[in-house]
Amino acid sequence: MGLKRRVGFFAGLKYRGGGPMWAWMLHRITGIAMVLFVGTHVFASFFMQQTGSDFATNINIVYESWIFQIVVVFIVIFHGLNGMRIAILDIWPKYQVFQREALWLQWLVFIPIYALTVFILVQRAITGSY
Amino acid sequence: MSSRTVQPGLSFEYVMWIFTRISGLSLILLAAIGVISAFALGARTQVDLPTLVRWTFFPNPNHVINSNIPDVTLGWANAFWQVMQILIVFFGVTHGFNGLRMVLEDFIGQSIATPLLRGFIFLLWIFSLVIGVYVVIFS
Repeated sequence: MGLKRRVGFFAGLKYRGGGPMWAWMLHRITGIAMVLFVGTHVFASFFMQQTGSDFATNINIVYESWIFQIVVVFIVIFHGLNGMRIAILDIWPKYQVFQREALWLQWLVFIPIYALTVFILVQRAITGSY
Repeated sequence: MSSRTVQPGLSFEYVMWIFTRISGLSLILLAAIGVISAFALGARTQVDLPTLVRWTFFPNPNHVINSNIPDVTLGWANAFWQVMQILIVFFGVTHGFNGLRMVLEDFIGQSIATPLLRGFIFLLWIFSLVIGVYVVIFS
């Protein structure tokens, strides 16, 4: 049952929900992006393997390029960590009062993992070993 | 604020809410099993990093075919990994298309298009599952 709300996109951005609101928006955006990107990659890999299609091979070349992987890695790691925070807080609802602290902890985990991945991707791109 | 116990009915939305949590945590667990097993099988010296990442998210033998593993059929391709792949495909595809359905229904609300949308996403879901299981079993 959808609420009857007539709030535009930019009016919605003015809602000052803070960190959890942005995490919610990013979770939805990264989720849709993952269905799109990973789904395309799965179908492209299927046709690459079964029919040897050039179009599917080119899709996978783009998907596996380091520039695209920087985006995909952000999407996957953020969605995974944020989903883990949501699931853990839903299992123990009494800790929901600490959700802002949990969000800070989540970014503290996210930043080293993502920074290391981007460092490796860029290093391999520069040295040409990838 | 008086406390009251709410007994939720077993509605579709409630089941999918539970499923989203379980499948999300399961996918993280399956990825952890994949990467730990890869190291147990000798990935540190035989597999490069992109191959290891491919194996982590989908432990298909084709993902490690271009590596220094002497024989992929030893340890890297067997019924255990086929079960793992089918679990990953089922959890990932169902979690993803259910999320897509939830976001789209939040935008369009309940309207005449809802059954059409659900039917379309249901067909995409079945199609993806069939393709995934076909690749896992016949390749």
